[in-house]
Amino acid sequence: MAANEEEAVKYVWEGAIPLQIHLHKSEVASHPPPPPALVLAPRIGYLPLLVHLIKPYFKDSLPPGEDSIWFDYKGLPLKWYIPTGVLFDLLCAEPERPWNLTIHFRGYPSNVLIPCEGEDSIKWNFVNSLKEAAYIINGNCKNVMNMSQSDQEDLWTSVMNGDLDAYTRLSPKIKMENIEDEFSRKASVSSPQSRQGGTEIDVAGQVKTARVPVRLYVRSVSKDFENLEDVPEMDTWDEISYLNRPVEFLRKEGSNFIILKMRCTVLMIFTWLYGKCFTLRDAIESLLPEYIRDRAQTSGEEGEQRTTDASDVSQETRGELKLVRIQGIEMKLEIPFSWVVNNLMNPEFYLHVSVLVKEPQR
Amino acid sequence: MDSAGEVVNDGKITLEGFTVAARAFADKWKRHNLSFPPWSWIPLINRTMLKKEEGYLSLEKIIILSSLEESAEEESLDVTADWSEKEESVDLTVLVQNVEDEAHYYDYHIVYSASYMVPMLYFRGYSSDGKPLSLDVIKRDLPSSSVSLLLESKWTFITQEEHPYLNRPWFKLHPCGTEEWIKLLSESSSSDGCQIPVELYLVSWFSVVGQVVGLKIPREMLI
Repeated sequence: MAANEEEAVKYVWEGAIPLQIHLHKSEVASHPPPPPALVLAPRIGYLPLLVHLIKPYFKDSLPPGEDSIWFDYKGLPLKWYIPTGVLFDLLCAEPERPWNLTIHFRGYPSNVLIPCEGEDSIKWNFVNSLKEAAYIINGNCKNVMNMSQSDQEDLWTSVMNGDLDAYTRLSPKIKMENIEDEFSRKASVSSPQSRQGGTEIDVAGQVKTARVPVRLYVRSVSKDFENLEDVPEMDTWDEISYLNRPVEFLRKEGSNFIILKMRCTVLMIFTWLYGKCFTLRDAIESLLPEYIRDRAQTSGEEGEQRTTDASDVSQETRGELKLVRIQGIEMKLEIPFSWVVNNLMNPEFYLHVSVLVKEPQR
Repeated sequence: MDSAGEVVNDGKITLEGFTVAARAFADKWKRHNLSFPPWSWIPLINRTMLKKEEGYLSLEKIIILSSLEESAEEESLDVTADWSEKEESVDLTVLVQNVEDEAHYYDYHIVYSASYMVPMLYFRGYSSDGKPLSLDVIKRDLPSSSVSLLLESKWTFITQEEHPYLNRPWFKLHPCGTEEWIKLLSESSSSDGCQIPVELYLVSWFSVVGQVVGLKIPREMLI
């Protein structure tokens, strides 16, 4: 399990979306119009960082003047500060490969999008998100504020270049506390001492509350659908509910005490048997209580003993979680949340979750 | 992390506490701050969620006329200097029209930050034709004391960010350090060093933050 977790982080960093980028027709000043640019975009990166790769395709076609670059997908202006992978997971219910985007060099929609002044804006946004994540995890941003300017620069550069090795070397300097549970081995990336077999447990056996940085993007449909292709297009960002709030969960100490210092696979079995795992489903339901599933309907699938709630409200009138995507993966909701966080988070320590729901009926 | 009561010890506040504090703040404002319109509570209800208890405070269409700012002493001196160079008879209708053209409208939202567990002030300015004002223009509408604070202090700086719920660019007052000065306020205001009661949390918060954007609250609200 330990080896797999480092691999998972590698897959996340290597994940990329093939883009086919078209110049907006109003900006085509050459005949014939230029063919689209084909670019492989890192999932954990940001669209404006790709401009230096894209612009050469179009520079002969552009009208004269200054550039103010922005992208749209089927007319929807894209928020440049959302990682590319998250935009793709959210906006393409049925993944489109290559993903067809339109680039504009003029007419920045400043009534809708906050300004982007190139790499500096993106770096500022990244560092700010890192500070916010630090505040959530550690209770303060001191770790980020105390980083030297050059360390911050190097960290940002490693993200920009998708250089996981450089990032791994630098992340101990961030001094982010571990988001721990029985399954977390990512702890080894941010702090050397947990490379040993066990997890660090508070010997007094206290129950601690962990706060985990999560950004939840919720898209809803009013009717059920057979295929993802049938999910209607998004016209405006108002159709997305964006929740930037931490998930809080108690780290249960009871069962841990028995299994201190054991290998991960054994930990998994013990904890599963005792049924005390905080799952991805638990995390999402804590943020979206309207989508809490009726327990009576879950006992068959999960193979766990649960008390069945006699509930008069049927599943149809409740909302329903149809799809949960993280880093392009359609998640099984029973996965332990701490594993999800430690392996699938973005470099700024945020877990971005795209959710497709069927609205509750009122 | 503890939540004994609604206001957490170290100057932060829970979501539930914010909802209570917001209503208390709006009520007191309505009673004591008659020169301003009242704040409205905007609940977060949309297709996806029914969060009746969550929302934010909104105060909109506040007109700020640069010539009426108390710190505009210097500005008014310049103005009179200008006029003395012009013709002696001043056309009053022209004067009034100029004042209207200079009218800037401001919207203020007090939004809870779940990450930092403190309130945050979002605001935007626009002219009478609805066009958004740039930060440079807005800074000219702020009290001059704020502008120097903005330059010097680490906690009062303004950034342009997306409104957490409205998908539009707004300006935000940076929250870092909020809980520290709330703690200071609560320590100095009560004899036994207790924390601020939740009903007064936003009042105390706004007594500081509001000043940065030129909104003062009357002392009666602090009781």
